Amino acid sequence: MTFAVRAGLKKFKIEHRFEVKNIYEYYAKWIREGKLKVNSDWNKDLKIKFTVQDPCQIVRKSFGDPIAEDLRFVVKSVVGEENFIDMTPNRSNNYCCGGGGGFLQSGFKDQRLEYGRLKDEQIKATGADYCIAGCHNCHAQIHELSEHYGGHYPVVHLWTMICLSLGILGPNERTYLGDDLKEVNVFHPESAM
Amino acid sequence: MMEKVIKLGGKKQSTFMDMVKGLLPEGGNLNLCLTCGACSSGCPATGLENMDPRKFLRMAALGMDDEVTSTPWVWMCTMCQRCIYVCPMKIDIPQLVYNARNTWPRDKRPKGILGSCDMALKNESGSAMGTSPEDFAFVVEDILAEYQEAQPEFKDMEAPIDKMGAEFFLNQNSREPVTEPDEMLPLWKILHLVGANWTYGSKGWGGENYCLFLAEDASWKHLVRQSTDKAHELGCKTFLNTE
Repeated sequence: MTFAVRAGLKKFKIEHRFEVKNIYEYYAKWIREGKLKVNSDWNKDLKIKFTVQDPCQIVRKSFGDPIAEDLRFVVKSVVGEENFIDMTPNRSNNYCCGGGGGFLQSGFKDQRLEYGRLKDEQIKATGADYCIAGCHNCHAQIHELSEHYGGHYPVVHLWTMICLSLGILGPNERTYLGDDLKEVNVFHPESAM
Repeated sequence: MMEKVIKLGGKKQSTFMDMVKGLLPEGGNLNLCLTCGACSSGCPATGLENMDPRKFLRMAALGMDDEVTSTPWVWMCTMCQRCIYVCPMKIDIPQLVYNARNTWPRDKRPKGILGSCDMALKNESGSAMGTSPEDFAFVVEDILAEYQEAQPEFKDMEAPIDKMGAEFFLNQNSREPVTEPDEMLPLWKILHLVGANWTYGSKGWGGENYCLFLAEDASWKHLVRQSTDKAHELGCKTFLNTE
């Protein structure tokens, strides 16, 4: 976790000879450099709408709005600018989903779902079909919110959407895609298990 | 009947908040609260356990140490720092929460968080699922071989562990290799396509850190140190987090 490493190195004064980075920044860099040739043609007619969760550990607690911009650049490059709808509030001002800080493992399930009600309402207000969640805990929590509060919007990892747009997402890498995308741009469909 | 009068004055006793102030740069600004409530109005944890960030801070400021260090609310605040972000005085309430967590006897802290931290300390992976370096290597090699065959365009794709001189030291949330290994493939493919020179470490590859959530400094430090040492040994220039 970006924050645990960055804050830990600082708090415990651990000398180190590397930079601590998050992969969102690199996704954006690789797209800008033309190394990651994503495009949103697959979604030109489908017009499936996406919103994105700003992970607290990466955005507000580590790199701030610049990495939130990188995240949006990646998402828009992959799903199409016109198919991206931001939450309100967003970026460094976004709400935590309620999966963080150990909440998912704390045993306080009712309180965790109550905490997440705000996130669920925020997502529903965008009208988006999908929520992209980049980190594992956010993904698990928002996925549960989507089921619990009946929104049933699929929650997907960012890497899933990048590979879908590149046409290299195989049939077994689609667990979290909704039915509308299960059959889109399938790479090696014969390898389905 | 008169309510019992709260006596002020006399020699001020050191409180929990004084202790936390001593730990933080600028005392975490804990004395600067204007009671505006911006923190609480935008906090998803407001109302849980009849608590909110402003109330928590005011109770600490009033020296209500027993209440502050016993409310389970400290495990429902996710320390997301939105309260600091919106606070005109940048008061570090999450550090107050972290340190309140730390006052709980270890065996009284939430079992799931405690167990996940202990699992990470069990071997050198740093995995909250207790996955050993050997099991991790097995899963990575097994699934890589499977995909190299099924998707021949990626027959040269790598997922190295302990590659000397790699640029990126990559970590991974250990639930991915353990419960949904297919989820690692999109990431590997992206790294392959851009020609990234990357590696996992056999030690400290687990990306999560529940010891931080447990508010246990020594264990948090141990996990960061373990990954740092491995990244240094491999000569990696960038510690790359997936989350």
